[in-house]
Amino acid sequence: MLLEVKGLKAGYGTAAVLHGLDFEVGEGDVATLLGANGAGKTTTLRAICGMVRAEGEIVFGGERVSKEATESIARRGVAHVPEGRGTFMELTVEENLRLGAHTRRDPKVRQDFERMCGWFPLLKERWRQQAGTLSGGEQQMLAIARALMMRPRLLLLDEPSFGLAPLIVRDIFGILRRVREESGVGILLVEQNATLALDLAERAYLLETGRIVLAGPAVEIRQDEAIRRSYLGY
Amino acid sequence: MDAFLLQLAAGVATGGIYASVALAIVMIYRATHHVNFAQGEMATLSTFVALTLIQAGLPYWVAFAATLAVSFVMGTLVERLIMRPVQHAPVLTQVGVYIGMLLIIGNLTGWVFGYTTKVFPSPFEGHGPALGGLISAHQLGSVGVTLAVLLLVYLFFTQTSLGLAMRGAAYNPASAKMVGIRVGRMLALGWGLAAMIGAVAGMMVAPIVFLDPNMMLGVLLYAFAGALLGGIDNPAGAVAGGFLVGVLENLAGPYLVGTELKLTVALAIIIGVLVLRPSGLFGRIVHARV
Amino acid sequence: MEGVCGKPPIRPNPADASQPARGAAIRLRRYLPPVASLAAILAPLWLLEGFHLFQLTVAVIMALAVLGLNIVTGYSGQISLGHGAFFAIGAYVTAALMSHAGWSFWATLPPSAALCGIVGYGVGLPALRLGGLYLALVTFSLAVAVPQLLKHRSLEAWTGGVQGLFLSKPEPPPWLPLDPDQHMYLLAVLVAGCCFWLTSNLVCSRIGLALMAIRDHPVAAEASGMDIAALKTRAFAVSAMITGVAGALSAVTIEYVAPDSFGLPLSITLFVGMVVGGVASVLGPVFGGLFVLFVPSIAESISRATPGVVYGVILIVFLVGMPDGIAGLIRRAAQRIGWSAEDRTT
Ligand SMILES: Nc1ncnc2c1ncn2[C@@H]1O[C@H](COP(=O)(O)OP(=O)(O)OP(=O)(O)O)[C@@H](O)[C@H]1O
Ligand SMILES: [Mg+2]
Repeated sequence: MLLEVKGLKAGYGTAAVLHGLDFEVGEGDVATLLGANGAGKTTTLRAICGMVRAEGEIVFGGERVSKEATESIARRGVAHVPEGRGTFMELTVEENLRLGAHTRRDPKVRQDFERMCGWFPLLKERWRQQAGTLSGGEQQMLAIARALMMRPRLLLLDEPSFGLAPLIVRDIFGILRRVREESGVGILLVEQNATLALDLAERAYLLETGRIVLAGPAVEIRQDEAIRRSYLGY
Repeated sequence: MDAFLLQLAAGVATGGIYASVALAIVMIYRATHHVNFAQGEMATLSTFVALTLIQAGLPYWVAFAATLAVSFVMGTLVERLIMRPVQHAPVLTQVGVYIGMLLIIGNLTGWVFGYTTKVFPSPFEGHGPALGGLISAHQLGSVGVTLAVLLLVYLFFTQTSLGLAMRGAAYNPASAKMVGIRVGRMLALGWGLAAMIGAVAGMMVAPIVFLDPNMMLGVLLYAFAGALLGGIDNPAGAVAGGFLVGVLENLAGPYLVGTELKLTVALAIIIGVLVLRPSGLFGRIVHARV
Repeated sequence: MEGVCGKPPIRPNPADASQPARGAAIRLRRYLPPVASLAAILAPLWLLEGFHLFQLTVAVIMALAVLGLNIVTGYSGQISLGHGAFFAIGAYVTAALMSHAGWSFWATLPPSAALCGIVGYGVGLPALRLGGLYLALVTFSLAVAVPQLLKHRSLEAWTGGVQGLFLSKPEPPPWLPLDPDQHMYLLAVLVAGCCFWLTSNLVCSRIGLALMAIRDHPVAAEASGMDIAALKTRAFAVSAMITGVAGALSAVTIEYVAPDSFGLPLSITLFVGMVVGGVASVLGPVFGGLFVLFVPSIAESISRATPGVVYGVILIVFLVGMPDGIAGLIRRAAQRIGWSAEDRTT
């Protein structure tokens, strides 16, 4: 297993948000975390990255990473594309990507710039433009590209479709499919668009007010009556 | 006309010093969103260290380099030991801590090195006036040194990956952590660099104004004026602003107000900028979290 | 917020006081603090003499100056590092009018305060529109520049230039059996008392509450339609006036004004006094005034540099470890022993 989480509890200040989650992501797999607004999806991703106070066991690549600093977890190969994208607005596209490769010392960095331009041709056209001046879709692509520049083993994606036109969303999911095939990165995907997420994922978890209420292979979850009614809309 | 050129040249020379301190202030500002009121005191302490090393018999440039190293360490220590513990504290606490540092460093300097005014050597003296008598050798040399420092800093921030990481950490610490940048280290590094830049300014201004524990207070005021004029969040702007206020000061000095009101000129520039162009010439308005 | 403005929440019900002993105890609790404070304020008139009384007078004046600063920094949350400038303006206006124009001390107070208010408004207006950082910058610069301004040639006729101005204490009226030092102490206490009373009322008025709302919830306050910049600027002007009045008192107490005593160190002293006494507390400045007068003179006996170092260390220690200052310490101690604290603080 790439990522194993057991009994994860987390919260802000005195308010508990997560009440003990168990889930896992396999090497090179895509798992998706579904749930209503405020269920605690973002908090889960933050807890994995050490950005909120958390209890429980988080094992990444066979090693316990609970209580480690965000930087250290990132250096172990966990790349986080946060809610709101977290691009460096004042820096150019190129600089954002260079920052993504900040911790890498291998000579393949140059090659990876090419690779990103292949996956995200739009970015190539904006190479020296300030990230803050990009459109929402371009920024999302930049955020994903920046994360991939880390050559991560696990990619945490927080609602990559947020606020984007359906066409762009389809593009992004197309790219994600390509990325996982070509790079073998594992993905934990938080998404409101359950149809797209379940299409991409092998496993799915349904989160309700800080608890996992349903877990299983994506194909089975798609057939689930409750899911269909509340999340897929048919 | 000659007198005008003379003042202009002198303005550029002092402007370089203001520009350096303004840059140090903006660097800290961008990382912490506060102005380091103790920047001047730190620079004065560095200059005293330099004087001590020179008096101990070290050649000037060796002492210069050693002072930069000491200043760097001092800057990082200040960040680690004093600023780090209060980085999430309320604004009043942070500003108060800067003031506390100003008091402690300033008075320790006086305590250790004495309050009498001291002569500080210039490495460029003995070369006579330069540029046809327009400017003294020291002024020309200090312009050269400050420009070289500014250029190095510019190259560091734009061309090296460490410089880029420091910019990223200052702009967006949360995202910087997500790509594995050790933000705390970057902050300490920034403080160290700012202290180094301040030390250069101190060593360049000391031969002109003489060295005493309050030497940098006036310089600091002009650096504030320069930083505001250029835009408090814009390093390049702050440098330009520093040069501009240096020239303004030297032109306003003899022609408008006389030399006794130099500090008031700085104050007037500061208020003038806030009234007329609060974002500075090249910056954005910053709504501090106060 | 309970028990903040106005009376403490639990008042003794007179009907409960049927037993005479309990009634007396309640009356004691009610009247003892004011009577005791009045006695404590007046006692030095007879207990202290000469230099010690003078020192205490200066402490009262510093307390008043700190009170002014506290209005802007404590209650409206804007950081001023240059209140020494207003202290200087108050002192110089009073000194100049008394020594050049022969005005009486009382007559100089309104113009002193007015000029401070105007300068405060002028400095505060551009800075406060923009946010707190700018006020700290401008006031810091003002504090640094003030001595130079006071020395300038064009003002020399009024300010006495580098030499400064000498003046003398107001004579006690013939019907008061007090010597000039005692009289000065009484004057300072009277003026300071009025200002403290006015301030504690201001703090609890609608304006005071609005200021604290702005300090604590700027976004919500703006959304509710308050003109934040205007309110802050007015608070700044009032605070400058109070500190200016303190400056005026100091001029007649010390009987001398000189430019170099009004530089950055004075402004920083006031800032330290405010923090140590207690931010956003009406009583805090009293402790602050006592602190800034007595601690440095004790520290100075060790070395010239120690007061500054001690100040710096104490400032940082208080900010980090005891942010509500001595007033907060006393309030908590009083609460522990069950004495209702009447200090109107937030
Ligand atoms: N910084 C914070 N401080 C306090 N509470 C927070 C914070 N961030 C989130 N919460 C609370 O935690 C709960 C879970 O929030 P979270 O952001 O994890 O939800 P989510 O599932 O990502 O929702 P959405 O789909 O809207 O993004 C919510 O009730 C939210 O109010
Ligand atoms: Mg979310």
